Amino acid sequence: MSEYRIQGATGDFEVVIGLEVHAQVISKSKLFSGAATEFGAEPNSQVSLVDAAMPGMLPTINGECVRQAVRTGLALGAQINKFSVFDRKNYFYADLPQGYQISQFKHPVVGEGTILLDLGDGKTKEVGVERIHLEQDAGKSMHDQHPQFTYVDLNRSGVALMEIVSKPDMRSPEEAGAYLTKLRTILRYIGTCDGNMEQGSMRADVNVSVRRPGEPLGTRCEIKNVNSIRFVRQAIEVEARRQVDILEDGGEIDQETRLFDPNKGETRSMRSKEEAHDYRYFPDPDLLPVEFDDAFVDAARESLPELPDDKRKRFVDDLGVSDYNASVLVAEKENADYFEELLAKLGNADMAKKASNWVISDLFGLLNKAGKTISESPVSPEQGAELLGLIEDGTISGRTAKDVFEEMFETGKNAAVIVDEKGLKQVSDTGELEKIIDTIIAANPGQVEQYRAGKTKLIGFFVGQVMKETGGAANPGVVNKLLQPKLDG
Amino acid sequence: MTDLTKLKISEARDLLAKGELSARELTEAHITAVEGFDALNAYIVQTPEKALEMADAADAKIKAGEQKGMTGIPVGIKDLFCTKGVETTACSHILNGFKPEYESTVTQNLWDDGAVMLGKLNMDEFAMGSSNETSYYGPVKNPWRKGDVDTVPGGSSGGSVASVAGFAAMGATASDTGGSIRQPASFTGTFGIKPTYGRCSRYGMVAFASSLDQAGTITRSVRDGAIMLESISGFDPKDSTSIDMAVPNFEAALTGDIRGMKVGIPQEYHLAGMPGEIEALWHKGIEWMKEAGAEVVDINLPHTKYALPTYYIVAPAEASSNLARYDGVRYGLRETPENGGLIDMYEATRAAGFGDEVKRRIMIGTYVLSAGYYDAYYLKAQKVRQLISDDFARAFEQCDVILTPTAPSAAFAFGEKTDDPLAMYLNDVFTVPASLAGLPGSSVPAGLDADGLPLGLQVLGKPWDEETVLKVSEVIEKAAAITAAPNEWWR
Repeated sequence: MSEYRIQGATGDFEVVIGLEVHAQVISKSKLFSGAATEFGAEPNSQVSLVDAAMPGMLPTINGECVRQAVRTGLALGAQINKFSVFDRKNYFYADLPQGYQISQFKHPVVGEGTILLDLGDGKTKEVGVERIHLEQDAGKSMHDQHPQFTYVDLNRSGVALMEIVSKPDMRSPEEAGAYLTKLRTILRYIGTCDGNMEQGSMRADVNVSVRRPGEPLGTRCEIKNVNSIRFVRQAIEVEARRQVDILEDGGEIDQETRLFDPNKGETRSMRSKEEAHDYRYFPDPDLLPVEFDDAFVDAARESLPELPDDKRKRFVDDLGVSDYNASVLVAEKENADYFEELLAKLGNADMAKKASNWVISDLFGLLNKAGKTISESPVSPEQGAELLGLIEDGTISGRTAKDVFEEMFETGKNAAVIVDEKGLKQVSDTGELEKIIDTIIAANPGQVEQYRAGKTKLIGFFVGQVMKETGGAANPGVVNKLLQPKLDG
Repeated sequence: MTDLTKLKISEARDLLAKGELSARELTEAHITAVEGFDALNAYIVQTPEKALEMADAADAKIKAGEQKGMTGIPVGIKDLFCTKGVETTACSHILNGFKPEYESTVTQNLWDDGAVMLGKLNMDEFAMGSSNETSYYGPVKNPWRKGDVDTVPGGSSGGSVASVAGFAAMGATASDTGGSIRQPASFTGTFGIKPTYGRCSRYGMVAFASSLDQAGTITRSVRDGAIMLESISGFDPKDSTSIDMAVPNFEAALTGDIRGMKVGIPQEYHLAGMPGEIEALWHKGIEWMKEAGAEVVDINLPHTKYALPTYYIVAPAEASSNLARYDGVRYGLRETPENGGLIDMYEATRAAGFGDEVKRRIMIGTYVLSAGYYDAYYLKAQKVRQLISDDFARAFEQCDVILTPTAPSAAFAFGEKTDDPLAMYLNDVFTVPASLAGLPGSSVPAGLDADGLPLGLQVLGKPWDEETVLKVSEVIEKAAAITAAPNEWWR
């Protein structure tokens, strides 16, 4: 892949990208209160006295959220800080009841780590993670519910977020997209964030700057709250282009916070550096520093499942699955889970390659057509295994298997039942087939003669006749094997 | 029995146990006293019906053999403590009409023990003040007068001390951030104790400065203080800074025996310009210690002079953030200027809702936390705070307890220091260092000045050693043997 460059009138520019991802932590209750975190509840039905910042209410840390952040750090090979501190980030907003957000500023719970990006064709790139800290989410202001008033829903207020800050290591919209894709995959694997960008449980702030290759870093702009991977890529493209145009016109980039408007395909200034908040961070005196021991970290480590990079390596090295198939399978945990269960039901690791092909071409094909996800698949891994088993032991041909699978997909019936009902069992009984072959040879002396005269392609004609006679149930391999010596005489 | 309101908690408890007194009688007497106490402006909310209900419940408890130290004892509650269904405003207009849906842990502990609530007590707005003159509901008068001149009760727990000194409550909850229990106790001849930071839960206590705020009690005797403090103390999982430690039987510590105990006298507390009477009282206290068989040792607390400036950075910094939640959005006051937006609402609400002293501290706190000033003020103050703490830790290697005056003066007249914040802040010069170090401390009545106004001595203990503080306090109380009482001019 050639390097990504923005062509300006005066030459090429390189784009430098860093991402701050806000990932909602999977936990039953909020970071500092016992209120529930479920998405989609009635407005203000999941709000504790602490979340609403009633007078005299105090936060108490939810240990599960700390554990989830530590697990995330471990999955990114990051430094785990056994001592971390919660700070107050002070600013006023109607959906921020306390008048401050409890966050981690100087001492985050997780330090430096890395994420390996998959850039296609087996290419990879390492991107550094600067830190992960825990913080509270704010509530939601709703400006469209009343002509004069803004309504506030505090259900989200106090929900735990991990802010995962990358280093400015990315150089193209594709790399940024690959970073988010990979991060999302990892978070979903380990179950610390559902990665659902539509529901806002994962959002990205994108830092973009441009420079001529080799020059020092340019002034960056931060594009706030971009909520899909596609929009992140688009936002980077248009923002980088905007900055290049300014620079080429002899202007300077103002360090500012911007918003991406996907409808207009542009970024707009939200607030300038001068308007930036002075957050007056200081350690929250209501909370003690968070301290834990090695045993806590070890337990968190042991609770991690196999990570996608390890899984892919195992699929390729131990199971003989192709690079491409392995990448596709591990990209979504559900796919890998399906595949592994299928393999387990097959009980035959030698079939891994075939099984991976079946999942990716046959199963994904029908799922795509039906607009279903793998977790909605009408055919279970167990049923899939039965079908593959029938092919493997020669009961049905690969061709027949496709028809059987389509019916399984439609009806949810088991493969063996369909094969039985429709009499699709392959005829591999040599005695029976021999009789049929003998009859056909006897009935087509002309073709036999031509074949023997050297027109050996005619074997296809004989195979076709046998298949016709058996209604397609003959095992083509067996037919070939029996036909040849008889035709050769 | 002539006047039930003159009883100590310990005396009432014993009479209740013997069946010679009912909680209802005791409560009725106090409700009458509270009603006749309006001239002092100590109560801002009276809850007589609730009190009678609670008294009846207490009587039932006593009959069932479940009496505890505070069962049936009528008390007043500083308005800083949230009380379910009873207006709680921390004496700030910004919490106008606020009725909590919840109970503070400190008051819940009292109710669980069967105590009776008489009402909510006046205080300096958000506990910011040393004379109770910053309350939105107006100042509290000290039951003790300088001749015919009214004096301040001290602050911020002005209503707490006035009600207890004036026999309108047997005890009162209070809170201490830099001296808000001890200084007013000294001004009113009451016993005030602030336990170690973390001994009492801060849950449901309107926050001023979270790292300093600590609940405590005001009573008319050391024994009463021990009884009431035990009731409000204890670990609370809802407050991360409360400590999971067993609460001792504080009353059992009152043995009167301090023989061989080492009492530290901090040399830095001899302030230039301090009234001779205060200095003399301190010497008297030292003599009492010696007479009781204690050994008096000179100690040094070298960073004492930095305590006030440190306090007036740390406390406002935390307050500026703690008070950000009073924004007019969810509860309390809301001012909406015509055609105004969110920011206009914030500004109008906070301008109208906060008093001058609160605004002053919010501004100081915002300043010291601002970018470019944080290191020079807040961070430095935190470092000095550690040094002050270390001073005490070193001193306590040489002594078991520290004895000082509580305040540099007796109660003063209204308006005397209102326009001079620095003079007002100086009131806390002896109490603030222990607050910064989180230590337990008391103020025990030890004498009267030439005007007949009470003066207190401060006893400071090691962390978690409230027992020694109480024991030494009681020795002073006995030695001082004060019989004078306010002349009840309001009756």
